[in-house]
Amino acid sequence: MDETPITLKGTADGILLKPRSHVWATVLEALEQALKEAEAFFRGSRLIMELGNRELTQDQLASLRALLMRYDIELWAVLSENETTVRLVRSNGILTRLPKDIEAKKSPDDVLPPEQQALFLQQTLRSGQSIHYAGNVTLIGDVNPGAEIVAGGNIIVWGTLRGVAHAGAFGDEETAICALDLQPSQIRIAGYIGRAPDSRRGSAEPEIARIEGGQIVAEVWGRRG
Amino acid sequence: MAGKIITISSGKGGVGKTTATANLGLSLAILGQRVTCIDADIGLRNLDVMLGLENRIVYDIINFIEGRCRFRQALVRDKRFPELYMMAAAQTRDKNSITVEDMSKVAREAAEISDFVLIDSPAGIEHGFRYAVAPADLVLIVTNPEVTAVRDADRVIGLLEAEELAPAQLILNRYKPELVRRNEMLDPDTVIDLLAIDLIGIVPEDDKVFGAGNQGRPVALDEHSRAGKAFRNIGRRLTGEDVPFEALRKQTFIQRLFGSR
Repeated sequence: MDETPITLKGTADGILLKPRSHVWATVLEALEQALKEAEAFFRGSRLIMELGNRELTQDQLASLRALLMRYDIELWAVLSENETTVRLVRSNGILTRLPKDIEAKKSPDDVLPPEQQALFLQQTLRSGQSIHYAGNVTLIGDVNPGAEIVAGGNIIVWGTLRGVAHAGAFGDEETAICALDLQPSQIRIAGYIGRAPDSRRGSAEPEIARIEGGQIVAEVWGRRG
Repeated sequence: MAGKIITISSGKGGVGKTTATANLGLSLAILGQRVTCIDADIGLRNLDVMLGLENRIVYDIINFIEGRCRFRQALVRDKRFPELYMMAAAQTRDKNSITVEDMSKVAREAAEISDFVLIDSPAGIEHGFRYAVAPADLVLIVTNPEVTAVRDADRVIGLLEAEELAPAQLILNRYKPELVRRNEMLDPDTVIDLLAIDLIGIVPEDDKVFGAGNQGRPVALDEHSRAGKAFRNIGRRLTGEDVPFEALRKQTFIQRLFGSR
């Protein structure tokens, strides 16, 4: 049993969980461990479990749901080839097939590892709205106070960043956050947290924030020493 | 042709939704429009008091929804303008007494006999807000030049956009140029830039609004009130008239040239 008990990866539809271990308790333990490590990233997302031929009991399903609920994750779909399991899952009001056929999709998205994929958005991200994505996020528009972007990779905002941005949410300290006008209430890169200075400096210039010497440093773009 | 259904909303409470509804109702009535104002704040009705029509209420919106009166019976006719009507909220019930479908039905019936239907939304973003905005052709977002009010307005606009409901326009209420000049209040340009929706009017702070609300005689009826004039201008803009934005915004421009920088 030297294989990892689960695999977990971000997809366009949600987090994809594949249990490897045959011991359910081990699967749950490994899942909890993974969720704990990137709690902020997973919060509010949805999970798809791919089971293959394995049979799932009501108790196992209930324990999984209870665990996910603690991390504010929705068990969205359970994909199974086992008829008993499919029936059980359906009776619990969980999808057994994804709305769009995953097999038909063979875009570059499926080829690249999740942290190298990118999401492109063109909108104003308003208070209460949040974007969670495993890869890089590019937004053309403003991120208003009370809105958040959490990304596994880098975050680029072509506009004013006033809300919260968290790059490298899985722990990648090489990631950066850039904005045309960087005035966030808080930025996080990997495990580091940077708070906005209490007094605002003058005019807006494009800035890039990254980790340097154990803290988050923001620099004006194009004026690097 | 059915009239236009406009919901007045804000997210935050106390920014002037009911004041705006009452004044815009009167402003449109002054222009000769047929108007029905609906108080959707079930359990916390106020619009009747602002309009000075409290003592004329016989039936309310819940009575109509529950089939205890006909639609016309639930309308209170204004004492000043015969083509301005108000439908009162029920004071003894709560928001769960109304469904989205109920409110849409009421709004559609009202639109049959009006040029404008104004719905005064409850504060918050829960069920009351949702049924109030559901039938709208246009949502007017009322906010004050304060960080908290603007953030709540932003949240409401986000919900409208996410659910692809009606377009939203902004009323900036209780604006005080002298506080902006002293950097104690958000500059209108900052608010508009952040919320990124069209502005339909800026209403200056005016002490007359308080007395007017208490006496059931909204400032739109007062020739000398600055707030009243601002509301009448918004009314004209709602009818499609091109009314230029005056003084207030110029002031902020001049202040910018000579002021804080």
